Amino acid sequence: MNLSQLSPAELAEGLRGPGINLCTGPFTTRIRSPIEYVAEGMALLYGNNRIAGPEEFVDFHVAIEAPGGIRRWWRRQALFTLDGTTPFAPLPYDEALPLLEWGLNRAVTSHAHTYLVLHAGVIERDGWVALLPGRPGAGKSTLCAYLMFNGWRLLSDELALVSLEDGLVTPLARPVSMKNQSIEVIRERVPEAQISRVSGNTVKGAVALLKVEAGSVARVAEQARPAWVIFPRFQPAAEAELAPRSKAQALLELGNNAFNYSVHGLRGFRCLADLVERCGCYDFTYSELEEAREIFARLAPPEAS
Amino acid sequence: MSDPRDTLLDALRAPERLPDLAPARWDLLLRQARHADMVAHLAERLAARGLLDRLPEAPRRHLVAAQNISAKQHRDVRWEARCLTRVLGSLEVPLILLKGAAYVMGDLPAARGRIFRDIDLMVPRERLDEVEQKLLTNGWLTMKKDDYDQHYYRTWTHQLPPMIHHRRMVSLDVHHTIVPLTARPKVDAQALRDASQPLEANGDLRVLAPPDMVLHSATHLFNEGEFSHGLRDLADLDALLRDFGSDPAFWPQLLARAELLDLRRPLFYSLRYLSSHLATPIPAEVMELARPWGPGETAAKAMDRLFVPALRPIHETCDNRWSGIARWLLYVRAHHLRMPAHILVPHLVRKAVTRRYAMWKGQPRPA
Repeated sequence: MNLSQLSPAELAEGLRGPGINLCTGPFTTRIRSPIEYVAEGMALLYGNNRIAGPEEFVDFHVAIEAPGGIRRWWRRQALFTLDGTTPFAPLPYDEALPLLEWGLNRAVTSHAHTYLVLHAGVIERDGWVALLPGRPGAGKSTLCAYLMFNGWRLLSDELALVSLEDGLVTPLARPVSMKNQSIEVIRERVPEAQISRVSGNTVKGAVALLKVEAGSVARVAEQARPAWVIFPRFQPAAEAELAPRSKAQALLELGNNAFNYSVHGLRGFRCLADLVERCGCYDFTYSELEEAREIFARLAPPEAS
Repeated sequence: MSDPRDTLLDALRAPERLPDLAPARWDLLLRQARHADMVAHLAERLAARGLLDRLPEAPRRHLVAAQNISAKQHRDVRWEARCLTRVLGSLEVPLILLKGAAYVMGDLPAARGRIFRDIDLMVPRERLDEVEQKLLTNGWLTMKKDDYDQHYYRTWTHQLPPMIHHRRMVSLDVHHTIVPLTARPKVDAQALRDASQPLEANGDLRVLAPPDMVLHSATHLFNEGEFSHGLRDLADLDALLRDFGSDPAFWPQLLARAELLDLRRPLFYSLRYLSSHLATPIPAEVMELARPWGPGETAAKAMDRLFVPALRPIHETCDNRWSGIARWLLYVRAHHLRMPAHILVPHLVRKAVTRRYAMWKGQPRPA
């Protein structure tokens, strides 16, 4: 059953009560929250996701709740809990929905150690994956969001789950987290984009979540092989340029930005070495999304290069 | 047994039944195991029986992930041990590794799937200052900045305030004995050092003798009032005794050392709960000889009402109103064993007050 088959009342009731078992890629998360904004947001963002039954295995048990006491009336807050633990300090109530996404990321990065988890956007075309690693602000989410509506499938805007056995990437297909100006940019260029209410004043500035396009969610079980490692950098007024990058540097940068590179020791190094060996590695500077689309459309898979 | 509160304990007792566990029950098991820091331990128990590959994919992934974490920690401990010998080797001080680090470095079965938060090292009290200076000039920082905390650790406990390495972020506890200075049982640290054994022929690193290792783990579990890893600590003891106990000469040594080091009571409780919870093979005559070391059968039954709930993981699926009270009573008992009232009461009041202010301080923002 998909989440869209629940009525808003059923969804809200499930979230208030026993929880909703949301499937995102290989993980099932039981989410509980009495907060309306969370129910609304989930209805908007996760309509195409499968809901697992109460007897199925659940990977993570999370809740977004409003702490009681004086905070119930004065500057209300939202608190994320992961099976009773509180990895983050509470945030303003208005940030409950982004907090759920950050919390889900946290659940994955703190438990998914069967994968090498890289901090990178992941998109795929014709069976070949482009990994877009980058620090926050490098423009990887905006690029992922735009390309998702222009011929590419989204695997993740943030977490690349790389298999240590065969190097394939497992999709998550969770909403894209967009910040500040990029929210308006996507709204203008992609009229059909479904975007959540903007949370104004988070640690990362204004944040809104973009629903993943239906095809990417439908194909969430399909793993794919990396072909390109592209380090994006948004630079105002720059002409789009794809410049080769040394494989050794790409490896170091990927390792530095990975969530659990050190967990895997030598295996992690071999996995990354193999990855950069098989991939074309590039730096990509851009300011215009349309130019980016054209350059990405011309990327040739490894055999041809 | 199918009390859902004992899902983890049942799994430890009968791992061979796990391949048939229902999916929702797996979920419960992993939640309890995570809160007890025992997912990797469970994975190793299954792997040892060749059962890991017969499990459903979703829970298996969590078990393998935990094994990967545990393997990383063991690598790290080996590396840190090398760093410590490099930094402290010139002092020619006996460096005795304790608990998890000792199990790993000694290649003991108790190391399998063991997760730990810090490295525990014991040095002679009279050399403590030199050791601390060496560590401070080699990248280790002391973690308790507060004057009161510094005073508390140095005056009343058995260790320096915890230290952390400024780059590797590993935390290190430097002990000079295994129980607080103010504690009721007076343990002779010299006796522990004299019996300790070198890890390798020419190295500086040592570990406690097998009976002392057991007694240290026992007193840590039953006298320190900290049950966040109660079941994990009991499993440590189980692994140690199954390993050392296969040599019949071990048992009389264990009893003799418990008497010499004044750690009879914690050994009594260990043997009691090891046989009831994990069916650890303990010779009948050892149980018999340790019986008078308990508080008497009626009092022991009353203590069961505290220890049994406290040995469950701290998790909503194991807790009820009583388990919180039981843990609190054991915490009070531990402090009573640890220090006399004129030191204890002001300390607890101070801690209670400062904790209320510190609640959210220092917790990270999401990223």
